[in-house]
Amino acid sequence: MKKINLTISFLALFALFMVSCNSGEKKPDAAEAQTETAPEVKGQSAFKDDVSSANALQVAKSLDDFKTLVAAIEAAGVEDAVVNVGPLTVFAPVNGAFDKLPAGTVDDLLKPENKSKLAFILTNHVAPANYPIKQLKKEAEKGRKLYMASGKYLLVEDKEDGIYVGGTKILKTVQVSNGWIHVIDNVLVPAE
Amino acid sequence: MKTIFKSLLVITVLTMVLGSCGKGDSKKKGALSSNAAERVYVAPGEYDEFYAFVSGGFSGQLAVYGLPSGRLFRVIPVFSVDPEKSYGFSEETKPMLNTSHGFIPWGDSHHPDISQTNGELDGRWVFINENNTPRIAKIDLTTYETTEIIEIPNSAGNHSSSFVTENTEYVVAGTRFSVPYPQKDMPIKEYKGNFKGALTFIAVDPKDGGMSIKFQLMMPGFNYDLSHPGRGASHGWFFFTTYNTEEAHSLLEVNASQNDKDFIAAINWKKIEEYVNNGGGTKAPANYAHNVYDEHTHTATSTMKKEVLIINPSDVPGAVYFMPTPKSPHGCDVDPSGEYIVGSGKLAAELTVHSFSKMLKAIDEKKFDGDAYGIPILQYEATLAGAVKQPGLGPLHTEFDGKGNAYTTFFISSEVVKWKLGTWEVLDRKPVFYSVGHLMIPGGNSRKPYGKYLVAMNKITKDRYLPTGPEVTQSAQLFDITGDKMEMLLDFPTIGEPHYAAGIPASILMPKSKKIYKLEENKHKYVTKSEGAAKVVRNGNEVHVYMTMIRSHFAPDNIEGIQVGDKVYFHITNLEQDYDVPHGFAVIGANTSELLIMPGQTKTNIWEPKQVGVWPFYCTDFCSALHQEMQGYIRVSPKGSNVPISFTLDGDAVDAE
Repeated sequence: MKKINLTISFLALFALFMVSCNSGEKKPDAAEAQTETAPEVKGQSAFKDDVSSANALQVAKSLDDFKTLVAAIEAAGVEDAVVNVGPLTVFAPVNGAFDKLPAGTVDDLLKPENKSKLAFILTNHVAPANYPIKQLKKEAEKGRKLYMASGKYLLVEDKEDGIYVGGTKILKTVQVSNGWIHVIDNVLVPAE
Repeated sequence: MKTIFKSLLVITVLTMVLGSCGKGDSKKKGALSSNAAERVYVAPGEYDEFYAFVSGGFSGQLAVYGLPSGRLFRVIPVFSVDPEKSYGFSEETKPMLNTSHGFIPWGDSHHPDISQTNGELDGRWVFINENNTPRIAKIDLTTYETTEIIEIPNSAGNHSSSFVTENTEYVVAGTRFSVPYPQKDMPIKEYKGNFKGALTFIAVDPKDGGMSIKFQLMMPGFNYDLSHPGRGASHGWFFFTTYNTEEAHSLLEVNASQNDKDFIAAINWKKIEEYVNNGGGTKAPANYAHNVYDEHTHTATSTMKKEVLIINPSDVPGAVYFMPTPKSPHGCDVDPSGEYIVGSGKLAAELTVHSFSKMLKAIDEKKFDGDAYGIPILQYEATLAGAVKQPGLGPLHTEFDGKGNAYTTFFISSEVVKWKLGTWEVLDRKPVFYSVGHLMIPGGNSRKPYGKYLVAMNKITKDRYLPTGPEVTQSAQLFDITGDKMEMLLDFPTIGEPHYAAGIPASILMPKSKKIYKLEENKHKYVTKSEGAAKVVRNGNEVHVYMTMIRSHFAPDNIEGIQVGDKVYFHITNLEQDYDVPHGFAVIGANTSELLIMPGQTKTNIWEPKQVGVWPFYCTDFCSALHQEMQGYIRVSPKGSNVPISFTLDGDAVDAE
């Protein structure tokens, strides 16, 4: 009995010191620590690189023709996808293409609550593949459709006056570090 | 009696519990309460403050870590082949490992040292020595690639190397093992007086770092262990520790520990340089490899050099002296001012510090104590600045914090000891786990140390990490040295043996790091700068494939007309001009490694197909969303087959419009 008592008193003593030990240490509040140290989340689109060839987003940003497109990319929050290693083929509508949409459409799409809808439309302009003009010609010739990031397929046609994709003509082509930009003057609104 | 026993027990328990709460024991308290975790934590997306270049020892490589995190960033292949990076396997890099003994796939890397200007780190190159087959390598700190390797003739066990003078005029290579000079067939027992120790001074071209042997100083047949340059007032001198001044050739652990004192050799290299520039020295036949990697041809070439300039100490009076230093000194370290030369006698009871100004005075006043093979021995007391008494057991290496303190490692007592220059008093000591060899403070052997962190590199690991069988990871330990007392912050595992290291602020190197190789500057003999230019050319049984790679295909990707017995050269150019988009290449049955090809670079593999069939090749580095699609086929027909050479992409010629 005496032995047990002794053991219990030891344990009590131990516990006492453990407690005092714990209370003596400052345990940082987990939630507080997190909000304090959480770094601003930056993706690879924020990386500064003036040595590599320009990527699709950098090229688009450098040209006034794509102001609306760039604004849409930013509003949809897909900047990082457009600088991704890809390879990507971007069919880039010029500003005027957006003007052809029914009045109020662009303003509506740029609203935060329509972010995912906007992103879906934008992904319909990007093929996760490497398609220079030469290759697009072959796609048309061989009757192969383009699989777009939206999950939809676009028809490629080799007409007398140029290459058409999704029914709109490619006006110009720019090689970018992560693929190709083909300039078009219509927005490729995906079929619902 | 029983009661007393019980009371004792209570007191013991009390002490134990209290002790674990106490301030003194940060290990038991854990990282949270000592905030060590916070001090080594580099948040996601943030950068380390320092680069640490840690030698891989017997791995033959050089590893790049961040401090304070201890994270490994890159292993730079130097003296050993590296299949991951195709170093020593690609046709372009094989010549880097050529020597007078032929191609050598392995080396023992030891002491990295970063180039300096005015005694401060300039971060242009890091040099490192190979101990076994004596060589010095230069690594470019814009590409982090080994760009030059020079073999050291008349040397063996290239150990007191590869330290640079304060304007990187020279990188030195001193022999640990003395050998017959010139090499010849002779009885080993005739070592004494017949073997020589070569100290080699390699001139470094200030423009491109190109190395060439200026002269070899043929010293007595001692073992030359470590060295460091003079700086400030002592610039123009170089100091080498020696052991085995007994000139033993067997059971050195006993026979080389007989003399009470060995020497630190003080070499006035400026004086010898002047002598050489005035036509002094003897040109002697030699045979050593000089291998240079050209960043624009992306190709290394190996040239055999046939001559070396030999200097005997007696040729240049007043250029070489010996300073007696107790018991087989290892480290030979010069403080930031250049006044103090610390000799770490491995078996000595104290740490010996020589004074440069006293040395000059002693030379001036001819305070000699005889000579060794004609080299004057200075009187011990005449050069002695002071000694750190009872510092620990087995001193090895000292570095400095730039605030008047020195830090020395002790192998046997397994600790780092902080002491004060000038008063020689011990200020602090911290145990290390276990048996520390060298230590490193960024810039700690220059005029301008960055005295914030100290890395201790340990030889034994035992129980520090999860065990992995008989072989456990090697280990380094990080200390904060900003306070009066050193604080251990972190254990981190290292590759090979962390033999020695050099550190430098990230702010010096980060802006210079290269992102891509410019395709337009690619001067490789077999470069293919566009898909349309890709081709396959047969020349007898040699077939040269000029291939390109870009996300996410090879051009061409279907090749026919190859025959069993052909020697197929795949010369592959990465057309990407985008940072961090390398591609890889491997073909079934190749008796070599993959190729890993940086943007704008060309590399070559040889493939000798032995079996008829259609064989795939593919990209080995996950390059893009369609990486798995990046593949091709090569058709191998029987020898003498009439299948013509053809090469296509998507069923058409590569240059089809």
